[in-house]
Amino acid sequence: MKRPVCIPILLASFLLFLNATNDPSSYAIGDKAEDFRLQNVDGRMISLADFPDAKGYIIVFTCNHCPYAQIYEQRIINLHKKFNPKGFPVIAINPNDAEIVPDDSFDEMVKRSATKRYPFVYLHDAEQKVYPKFGANRTPHVFVLNKEKVVRYIGAIDDNPETPSAVRKKYVENAVEAVLRDERPNPDLTRAIGCPIKRKRH
Amino acid sequence: MRNLYLISFICLVTAPNALLGQVFTVYDSFTELEKRIQQVDEHTTLVLNFWATWCSPCVEELPSFDELYQKHADTDFQVIMVSLDFKSRLEKTLVPFLEKNPLKPEIALLADQDADSWIPQIHPNWEGTIPATVVIRGGQRNLFPEKFQNYQALESFVLNFVNKVQKATCMGSKGTR
Repeated sequence: MKRPVCIPILLASFLLFLNATNDPSSYAIGDKAEDFRLQNVDGRMISLADFPDAKGYIIVFTCNHCPYAQIYEQRIINLHKKFNPKGFPVIAINPNDAEIVPDDSFDEMVKRSATKRYPFVYLHDAEQKVYPKFGANRTPHVFVLNKEKVVRYIGAIDDNPETPSAVRKKYVENAVEAVLRDERPNPDLTRAIGCPIKRKRH
Repeated sequence: MRNLYLISFICLVTAPNALLGQVFTVYDSFTELEKRIQQVDEHTTLVLNFWATWCSPCVEELPSFDELYQKHADTDFQVIMVSLDFKSRLEKTLVPFLEKNPLKPEIALLADQDADSWIPQIHPNWEGTIPATVVIRGGQRNLFPEKFQNYQALESFVLNFVNKVQKATCMGSKGTR
């Protein structure tokens, strides 16, 4: 009796595992990202093409509800304040399904971006078609793109979520500065703990 | 540094067998947790689950780990629930959570913030998303970087791997004879 039960479960676990690992079709370092068109908290539809003078983009998959996103919120604002004047804006994208996390609905995004005075665009991946292309799987998850939209860095903002004053390695800052110098960031890939992105239930 | 925390709470109403307190270990550095992992010998199965109170899919699967512990825990089958809650918020997050939802397996809090340095040491394929479960047996590791659909999925993930490692060990030792 045990066998017929176990095999489908094993198979399901295996499929789930495949699903959980990064889709090989998602962007790797050196891949050119496709542009997208998503709604900003001000109601406008925004694409990377709307930043014609950009020297690159700091794309941050983030959200309202996640403690890791919240603990990094001020650091994301600071990144934009530091690098937007140099032509390197933050593009924040909320990938979460609002049915699973009501705090991450478009209305809540509008509220949070107003209360916290986000100086950057905060876009809603409502159809959840953009984050899988990037291979984002958690919030916050950062992708630094150069002017040609080539992915140059994937990973964490820095090496200490809990204590900003104890940060030793500012991964994203270093990556952006490298791209501005037309160099390859080192490291260009870091791992981090974060909140899992909430996929729509089908 | 390792700190032991004892959360005392009184169980007056519920079952007499209910735990009277939840002890958990705080590991400030991954090296300390790694020492704990290395304590298990090659004939012991160690199941590590990485979770946090703020991670809803993690919290949803906690009962499965209680069940796994109840059915299998022994000197050669250990389960450690590694919380990644922030240490600075421990009194507001993990402590009250465990008071409300006592867990049966061993509980740890890993406070090492340099995740990029230790995530690959847990498993080379893990990107850091939680929940994540790793089974360690005979020096080999198997990762499941997702929430288990149900208890059966968790149990077969663990037991199938243990069987596989045991079979390989048997065949290996026969071959050398």
